[in-house]
Amino acid sequence: MDLRFTPDEIAFRDEVRAFMCAALPAPIRRKMVEARRLEKHDIVTWQRILNAKGWAVPHWPAAWGGIGWSPVKQYIFHEELQQAPAPDPLPFGVNMVGPVIIAFGSEAQKRRYLPRIANLDDWWCQGFSEPGAGSDLASLKTTARRDGDAYIVNGQKTWTTTAQYADWIFCLVRTDPAAKKQQGISFLLIDMKTPGITVRPIQTIDGGREVNEVFFDDVRVPVENRVGEENRGWDYAKFLLGNERTGIARIGTSKARIRRLKEIAALERVGDKPLIDDERFRMKIAAVEVELKALEMTQLRVVAAARDRNEPDPASSILKIKGSEIQQAVSELLLEAIGPYALPQETHDDGDRWNEPPIGPEWAGPLAPHYFNWRKVSIYGGSNEIQKNIIAKAILGL
Amino acid sequence: MDFSFTDEQRLLKESVERLLADRYSFEARQRFMDEPTGWSRALWQSYAELGLLGLPFEDKHGGIGGGPVETMIVMEAFGRALALEPFFATVVLAGGLLRRGADEAMRAAVIPKIARGDLVLAFAHAERQSRYDLADVATTARRDGADYILDGAKSLVIHGDCADKLIVSARLAGARRDRDGIGLFVVDADAAGVSRRGYPTVDGLRAAEVTLAGVRVGPDQVLGEPGKAFPLIAQVVDAALAALAAEAVGAMAAMHEMTVEYLRTRKQFGVPIGNFQVLQHRAAEMLIALEEARSMAFFATMMAEEPDPTERRKAIAAAKVQIGRSGRFVGQQAIQLHGGIGMTMEYKVGHYFKRVTMIDAMFGDADHHLAELARLGGLIADA
Repeated sequence: MDLRFTPDEIAFRDEVRAFMCAALPAPIRRKMVEARRLEKHDIVTWQRILNAKGWAVPHWPAAWGGIGWSPVKQYIFHEELQQAPAPDPLPFGVNMVGPVIIAFGSEAQKRRYLPRIANLDDWWCQGFSEPGAGSDLASLKTTARRDGDAYIVNGQKTWTTTAQYADWIFCLVRTDPAAKKQQGISFLLIDMKTPGITVRPIQTIDGGREVNEVFFDDVRVPVENRVGEENRGWDYAKFLLGNERTGIARIGTSKARIRRLKEIAALERVGDKPLIDDERFRMKIAAVEVELKALEMTQLRVVAAARDRNEPDPASSILKIKGSEIQQAVSELLLEAIGPYALPQETHDDGDRWNEPPIGPEWAGPLAPHYFNWRKVSIYGGSNEIQKNIIAKAILGL
Repeated sequence: MDFSFTDEQRLLKESVERLLADRYSFEARQRFMDEPTGWSRALWQSYAELGLLGLPFEDKHGGIGGGPVETMIVMEAFGRALALEPFFATVVLAGGLLRRGADEAMRAAVIPKIARGDLVLAFAHAERQSRYDLADVATTARRDGADYILDGAKSLVIHGDCADKLIVSARLAGARRDRDGIGLFVVDADAAGVSRRGYPTVDGLRAAEVTLAGVRVGPDQVLGEPGKAFPLIAQVVDAALAALAAEAVGAMAAMHEMTVEYLRTRKQFGVPIGNFQVLQHRAAEMLIALEEARSMAFFATMMAEEPDPTERRKAIAAAKVQIGRSGRFVGQQAIQLHGGIGMTMEYKVGHYFKRVTMIDAMFGDADHHLAELARLGGLIADA
């Protein structure tokens, strides 16, 4: 047992850190540090920089641009990327639909989609949740009826993140209405420009419009856009969701946010001293740091064990629960740190950017919206309660 | 980055676990508590034969040269068995002070006897007023020619009632809470002027209040540099906290297993109570708390020999915070989910609960270490 990184791993970490430092455009870094909203071009710009370096899809097979890093190096890469702090490559492409196409797609699909996912030439979104299918995803009702060489898709998806930017959506649709719930589902790739698709934004409590409703009204999708076999989509979805959980701990992001929290707590004053010198507040920060270290060590245990297994580890449910709880705890402390300057709403109600001088300290504006927005992390990716069900069944055998 | 054990470590783990599985049933433990010392002399000899009592010591002193990982393996197994023997007091605490601080003459004189199982030691450090402050030492060491005269009172000396020798901290200079001016002295427990009042602790172990009245110690009984012992004490206590973390993980893992098994077998309303989602989620939360504790016990083990005292202190403090919090949660929920049977003295789970509760109160509880970690600036440095 040697829990230190090897010299090779440390050299790799330094290389990644130096690259992030040199290559991440300052305006993007600034938005990330300050927890401000990113725009589409920020994410596209950064992913293309990564792709030019060959680092947009390091976890993919070499034939499609992967690098063959060990699980530990992949972990180091993500941790450094998040700590920079830099945006993640668009997860709907590189972590969700990409690996599904690699594992279950046809050669033609791989050639057509994968390079464009890596370079973010195509912006993908995820068509899983529906108004009546949240945690109980398999109860989805969107239908795809076969009509010659096409499916006719009808129904509605919701909570579709960045659908307003998307070129493509990957969807779970019901192709056999007679079959039992999990059977009769297929996995379709749908061009967002197809006639019959309507995107309607949903404004969330932080004022943002990152999620949408997507309506399908007799949308014609070529059969060749189905991944894998008809009626086997649930298997591919489970594969995708298992991959989704592993990256969700976001340890590097929480580290970067705690650094920001300490910076702000050094600037905010309570009476005649900085907030950071208030013992009660300092202990609250330290308590989160302890939890984060425990999560980091747990993540490393899972990463080290990944060498010996090919399927997702049910322990990743632990990472999802604790990772989201810690991100939320840090967002709460950021909110508390700015005290009454949480109040001013420095966004316009239509979601446009605020171009006026800040009302309070310049660091305060984004933090209340960030806190409100971050309530999502214990809901998405399988709510934390669903994760506890998974732990009870898959690990504890209850 | 490698969490796996070497072949030797796996062998150690298997042999300790086998010994304890064979001879440390809950019923046997009750019998050991009734022995005069409150633990089993026979098991102590078996530990010696397995090499456990020489675990961290050098080969030339009869040891096997193990490091923090070996200590972790043994302590976790002891935690699972709720072992009563003075391994922690003798090998981890006193052994740590001797190994790191004593000169070769003292090491050669004392350590081989520990390794053979012939000598039990205890660390007489805490005092009535000191709470968790390791520098708070009012007991005095006054020079008298080449000798020292010790006067004072030591409290909560774990296994101090049965120890053959005590390692006593005493102040040579400075104010009561100064880090400077503390010395360590190896004192025979039956030396003139030493009196002891032994008593049981609530977790089934033993301790003593020790009074030192004009106890004369010779220059060969001085451990390390007189007056400069604080860094040694702090280092050994940090390593001991890593060991306690491993013991607590063993106890927590056992409590969690017992609870999950109970949920599977206990029937109410015609079904195993583990069918109820509210209890499934509680068991899942216990697992999370256990795994966090295990991760931090690994972290503490990794950092136990860290040469930078501030980095070491921060890491160990963080681990003790986690152990305290996880231990409290897992323990309380283990009792709650067992219901009435968990409240009884005849059922094992409550004994684990008491042990992890006492571990939190040893050498600083979660709040104490959290405050210290916060004072030191936390774990995440500025960019």
